[in-house]
Amino acid sequence: MNERAKLVTNAIGRPVPTVVNGQEQAPYKGVAQTDPTGHKQAPPVRSCKDYPPSGDKRVGSLQEALERCGLRDGMVISNHHHLRNGDRVALEALQTAGKMGVRDLMWFPSASFPCQEPVIDLMEAGVVHHIEGSMNGPLGDYCSQGRMQGMGVLRSHGGRWQAIQDGEVEIDIAVIAAPSADAFGNCNGSHGPTACGSLGFGLADSIYADRVIVVTDNLVDFPCIPWQIQGNNVDFVVEVDSIGDPSKIVSGTTVITRSPDRQRIAELVARFVRDSGIMRLGFSFQAGAGGIALAFVTYLSRMMRQAGVKASFVRGGSTKYLVEMLQEGLTGYILDGQTFDLDAVHSIATDPRHVPTSPFTSYNFHGKGNFASMVDVAVLGATEVDVNFNANVNTHSDGRLLHGIGGWQNCLAAGCTILAVPSFRDRIPVIVDEVTTVTGPGQLIDVVATERGIAVNPARQDLLEALKGSDLPLRPIEEIKAEVERFCGGKPKKAQVTDKPVAVIKWVDGTLIDTVFQVAQ
Amino acid sequence: MSGAVNRDRRGVAGRRGQDVRSDLFVAIEGLDAEQIEVKLSSRVEAYFGDAIRQQVKEVLSELGVRGAIVTIEDAGALPFVIGARLEAAVRRAGWAPKNRWLPEAIDVPPRATSAGRLRRSRLYLPGNEPKFFINAGLHRPDAIILDLEDSVSPDHKDAARLVVRNALRAVDFAGAERMVRINQLPLGLEDLEEIVPQAPDLILIPKVETPEQVREVDEAISRALAESEIERDLWLMPILESALGIENAFEIGRASPRIVALTLGLEDYAADLGVPKSAEGEESFYARTRVVNAARASGLQAIDSVFGNVDDMEGLSRWGMSSRALGFQGMGCLHPRQIAVIHEAYRPTRAEIDKALRIVAAFEEAEAKGLSVVSLGSKMIDPPVVKQALRLVKQANQLGLMADGEATGGES
Repeated sequence: MNERAKLVTNAIGRPVPTVVNGQEQAPYKGVAQTDPTGHKQAPPVRSCKDYPPSGDKRVGSLQEALERCGLRDGMVISNHHHLRNGDRVALEALQTAGKMGVRDLMWFPSASFPCQEPVIDLMEAGVVHHIEGSMNGPLGDYCSQGRMQGMGVLRSHGGRWQAIQDGEVEIDIAVIAAPSADAFGNCNGSHGPTACGSLGFGLADSIYADRVIVVTDNLVDFPCIPWQIQGNNVDFVVEVDSIGDPSKIVSGTTVITRSPDRQRIAELVARFVRDSGIMRLGFSFQAGAGGIALAFVTYLSRMMRQAGVKASFVRGGSTKYLVEMLQEGLTGYILDGQTFDLDAVHSIATDPRHVPTSPFTSYNFHGKGNFASMVDVAVLGATEVDVNFNANVNTHSDGRLLHGIGGWQNCLAAGCTILAVPSFRDRIPVIVDEVTTVTGPGQLIDVVATERGIAVNPARQDLLEALKGSDLPLRPIEEIKAEVERFCGGKPKKAQVTDKPVAVIKWVDGTLIDTVFQVAQ
Repeated sequence: MSGAVNRDRRGVAGRRGQDVRSDLFVAIEGLDAEQIEVKLSSRVEAYFGDAIRQQVKEVLSELGVRGAIVTIEDAGALPFVIGARLEAAVRRAGWAPKNRWLPEAIDVPPRATSAGRLRRSRLYLPGNEPKFFINAGLHRPDAIILDLEDSVSPDHKDAARLVVRNALRAVDFAGAERMVRINQLPLGLEDLEEIVPQAPDLILIPKVETPEQVREVDEAISRALAESEIERDLWLMPILESALGIENAFEIGRASPRIVALTLGLEDYAADLGVPKSAEGEESFYARTRVVNAARASGLQAIDSVFGNVDDMEGLSRWGMSSRALGFQGMGCLHPRQIAVIHEAYRPTRAEIDKALRIVAAFEEAEAKGLSVVSLGSKMIDPPVVKQALRLVKQANQLGLMADGEATGGES
């Protein structure tokens, strides 16, 4: 299926294929320019008469479950990344399929991690045909080299939900790793020895997949409470010794950056949020778990305390720093998409104000609204950003695909989007003339904060107006770029790529915003 | 035409390894042929590989090296560092070049600073750790110190000197006063030879015990400035780090007109006394007050030592406030996050400023009326109090602490 796809130019001037893995595609038309029609995809009708009246859906092994789900060549298998780099279930499912002699699977993870590097062997052996899902590290590298059979398709967390509801991806078998489950299939991620927090990434799959398998290492008596995944959607339950390595699922302690330069970026962002008036009674924010974002949370907490300001809610990636805010009363709620450390896992299990969410509540394009646009300010990262404020989180400047989208694109819907980035890494400038890959359009990116100064998108005159008289180092983005290029010794050479597309980047509405090409050797 | 390797011409410089960033390792071997071969592995090959190979050729050509094999392991070093490491390797290999390769100077060369400028904080940057240089000024210290002395091990002195020299041309320290701490003489003379032509603002002389030591440095600076035809000021700050140095503080302060401040090093001083250095610094109380007094007596600034525990912000704040109370005008920093705490500790309070402003206003009123006695309400104000108030208002002006319309008195 290595069709040399025809390329068309989309609304921001990027070449995108018209067909991907045999499916017709629409090019990106602009922010909020897609008007969906028709009805949502639905799974086949099932009946309770075909399931055990006792509610006990246990089977002896993952292989038995896969067999009874009717696993065969060419199917779509989905997994989820709530166990992050400690996950054992996804690889186990695919390797079991391999042992069963199945071929040409499409793997549909919500994200992949370096621990899943052996999927490369399964692709070489023909068990897995291609991956549609964020590809991190080694898998991204494999894809960049053009070695994957089909084309990679990268979607945001919200875009994954949209693709499932649109029927763009029909999941044959969803395999959900559960830190706690009962024999009926009710499960959660907040309890058990491999507790990870929220199971939100698997929720869509549990509702829309043809067959659903829950794999747990902590079988509890019915009912498993709370049930973030409902057993009424589950076909089989498999008990295993271990679903993952706890030390790689959550970190014992989350570490704030100690780099003074990154602390400076975090402090500038916090001051920006305060001085622009965004930090006011009842506001909301979202920040990830990266070093700069964590430092931002501590600076902002201090400023909120000084000003006597409380947030109505914060969105995580939760860590102990958000938990401290919740406990101190600096925020009313944590609406949690992913739970990163032990303090946060404990909090989500015990504090009713710390609520697990899913991409449906937070990000979905087909929802009747979602939380992302209700957030006042989102602080995000990027590998590159250009003078038009377009940003790239997927590829490195050398063209290699190395990161997923996560919720990044979805968060751009916030009232104010701030990219907190160093102005250079080693000798490589972060602000460039044109990003290698457009993950998000500059139209939605309001602020780029670096250690050398803060650039506000000229489209946001309201922010500039609000900051009149501020002592923040506000500078044109071109000026910061020129300064960095001066000490880096000029502009870096552009990525050397061939004309063969190896992956596409979907926008939140399912259109193609950009293409990743095979890197030249 | 591939030349034979000259076994006597080998030199290495820089550093390599997993943890190295923004630096590089260079090995150079002489060839008995006019041929430059560059073997490069670089973390930034895809972006700057060609630029690095081009720079190597330019540097070697400037240094008069015609035949060599250069092996580089680069971890994203900036051009000014690449040049310095390569030059260090060339010199170590024994080429003794007559020329220097100097990076292009930044667009706006920093202007010389004034003798009495603010020196609340001076951030130490180890001279052989260039990765800390490029962003140092962003943290807004009043000064940065490119250190060639204690933070550089003896076998890296020559290499650090070149890194610091190049940094003085290529790095924008964002208006911070650019200080260099040289080594003790005679090694310090070699430092001065490379450093002075790049016009730093101030030289710190370590372990000074006698006025003669200062005069020797002063003369070397005069020679180097004359040779480079530089006419701007270059200030001196002697560091007193022994019992003898402390006793000679006053004479040392008067040893050169270039001296603008006296400071002290408490680690070495405690060692000289033979007592452990304590957190609160009881053992150095005499030394500190002695330096303050000697500096004042010679019309110089008194600058305190550093506060060693970079994780203890409260201890730093206490130290800074007591330091200001003793009469110091600033102190050293070992980590950028100490800067803001120090500036806060040395900041005059609003109440102090308000009182000083009232005194200055009364003084100006008395002068205007031709009165010989200054009074505020029913209280007479003594001349030293007026002098003190004028100084504080001047300082508050420098710090930008005055509201509009307040900045009347104290201009000088």
